[in-house]
Amino acid sequence: MLVRFFLEVRAAGIPASITEFLSLLQALEARVASCSAEEFYWLARLSLVKDERHFDRFDRVFAEHFAGAERVFERLLAEVPAEWLQAMAQRLFSDEERAKVEALGSWDKLLETLKQRLAEQKSKHEGGNKWIGTGGTSPFGSGGYNPEGIRIGDAGARQRRAVKVWEAREYRNFDDRRELGTRNLKMALRRLRKFARQGAADELDLDGTIEATARNAGWLDLKLRPERRNAVKVLLLLDVGGSMEDHVRICEELFSAARSEFRQLEHFYFHNFIYETVWKDNRRRQSERIKTTELLRTFNGDYRVIFVGDAAMSPYEIVQPGGSVEHFNEEAGSVWMQRMTAHFPHLVWLNPEPEERWDWTPSIRLTQELIGNRMFPLTLGGLDRAMVALRRKRINEGSR
Amino acid sequence: MTTQRFSGTDRYIATDDLRMAVNAAVTLARPLLIKGEPGTGKTQLAVEVAQALGRPLFEWHVKSTSKAQQGLYEYDAVSRLRDSQLGEARVADIRNYIVRGKLWEAFESEEQPVLLIDEIDKADIEFPNDLLRELDRMEFYVYETRELVRARHRPIIIITSNNEKELPDAFLRRCFFHYIRFPDEETMTRIVGVHYPSLKRELLAEALGAFYRVRETPGLKKKPSTSELLDWIKLLLAEDIPPEALRSEDPKKAIPPLYGALLKNEQDVHLFEQLVFLNRRAR
Repeated sequence: MLVRFFLEVRAAGIPASITEFLSLLQALEARVASCSAEEFYWLARLSLVKDERHFDRFDRVFAEHFAGAERVFERLLAEVPAEWLQAMAQRLFSDEERAKVEALGSWDKLLETLKQRLAEQKSKHEGGNKWIGTGGTSPFGSGGYNPEGIRIGDAGARQRRAVKVWEAREYRNFDDRRELGTRNLKMALRRLRKFARQGAADELDLDGTIEATARNAGWLDLKLRPERRNAVKVLLLLDVGGSMEDHVRICEELFSAARSEFRQLEHFYFHNFIYETVWKDNRRRQSERIKTTELLRTFNGDYRVIFVGDAAMSPYEIVQPGGSVEHFNEEAGSVWMQRMTAHFPHLVWLNPEPEERWDWTPSIRLTQELIGNRMFPLTLGGLDRAMVALRRKRINEGSR
Repeated sequence: MTTQRFSGTDRYIATDDLRMAVNAAVTLARPLLIKGEPGTGKTQLAVEVAQALGRPLFEWHVKSTSKAQQGLYEYDAVSRLRDSQLGEARVADIRNYIVRGKLWEAFESEEQPVLLIDEIDKADIEFPNDLLRELDRMEFYVYETRELVRARHRPIIIITSNNEKELPDAFLRRCFFHYIRFPDEETMTRIVGVHYPSLKRELLAEALGAFYRVRETPGLKKKPSTSELLDWIKLLLAEDIPPEALRSEDPKKAIPPLYGALLKNEQDVHLFEQLVFLNRRAR
């Protein structure tokens, strides 16, 4: 059963390896988790998923694979003799917690009830509503939400939890999609790294030391020099929605590739063209917007700005005030773009549309003019050219 | 080995999933990688685990200039060179110039220690890769003296990361991974209760309410975290602020007092004040 689960986890794009799978089995063998679905979920996530961005994907696979499987844990529990339960409870509850339980009623009485429940469980297993995950009224079993409940397999009251952990999908926002197949993009983005000699003097300069020592008549004279460090800062602006739908995937691959390459990377979203606001969280694009002027204030000209978008729209959306399809913009998109290019000398636009088609789209030609022909296709070669262009300052306006 | 279990301490509230993570790491003697928002107690965890299990703690704080080798040992060639020029006797033995790192110290410990590798993402990208064998086999080779250093007891290794850089896959494969979520209001009440047990119930409820309102302000650059909340409450107590002052229903006092402890960024403070102002006008 677990092998299939493991394969499904991998199929969902979580880079779990055999070593990690084996360590999960090892942990199960070492009884790190007892029989509770929730504990098993935590343990599996702990050993198989190594990035919070994959948590959401894992949650989905888990929910799918183990749909109804809490029943399995129930059944396990039903077959467990009461003495074993008691032993386990004693092992897992601290004295203090046991005292608390006993304050609620007698410990023995609770166990007695537990035994009864187990018997009931055997006889009416189907559709029972006293058991884990099916309504949460039982004081027993993991996931039981009775405020006075014993939580088998773990200690502590948990009644506040209304949804199974993996169904809550709290990590949805961390998912930045597919690392798979980004290797090529990574290679190209690596060109962006610029090794600037800055920072503290902390590396022994051997040649300098030899020379200085020789000048010093053989007495040692140490010379230090600053260490190399990756100093590239990147501002990523991604077009979402509308005509970009079919390009979103490739953009997100670029995004997850870019993540690991820079010391500072900020990303924002826009729709079609840049206007007075951008946003950070696509799900809250209506409520949490950030002013473009603030963007200009916050990030200085050192930042390399990369636009990603197909720039396919009506030309009015660029040149006319009020041309935006989404809202009334007081100033034309072209004005905002001019502000961007004036502030950020290092700026490129990556376009997922094939380069051959650019000439047929007036809005692409317009954008090209605005950014000084610094639009490149979203391919390996295009990226190479974009990275070279990013290293240089802005090309003069006239070159076509 | 005894099956000791970690279940939080009197100063540290560990959620069930965190407890499970620590116990799994202890049982299988595998490093535990901890991530989470700043101020959610990642570093503190190692201190508390060491205390709860009664183990010695070794802390290795990683900086952007740290090298993996520094955790093992360093050969101080420069002072040896200098000593040789001065004709000192200790020059003859290379051992005098081998400086032990934190990892070595932890390996030499008499009982199983807890080793904290703090903020591993601050270092160079290659840093974690250079520690693969050491974390896996818990041994390393000192080339200068040709000796093999092996851990007497596999240390409980807790590694924290702030996600500034991505860690290499080979490294991740060897660790357990846990992400500390920002605590919900109930857990938070317990955390505050542990730190300030004498706090008036009312004040606590009001403070938490105000805190979560500040946290939910859209567009904040740095959301206030647990450690900032604790600082703030300390200030509130010191200033003897009455609970009523924290209630935002009163439009004139809508900005919580001493909010400088919660918001650490000029722009955030500005944004917050603006929002409060707009709010007030809307009434």
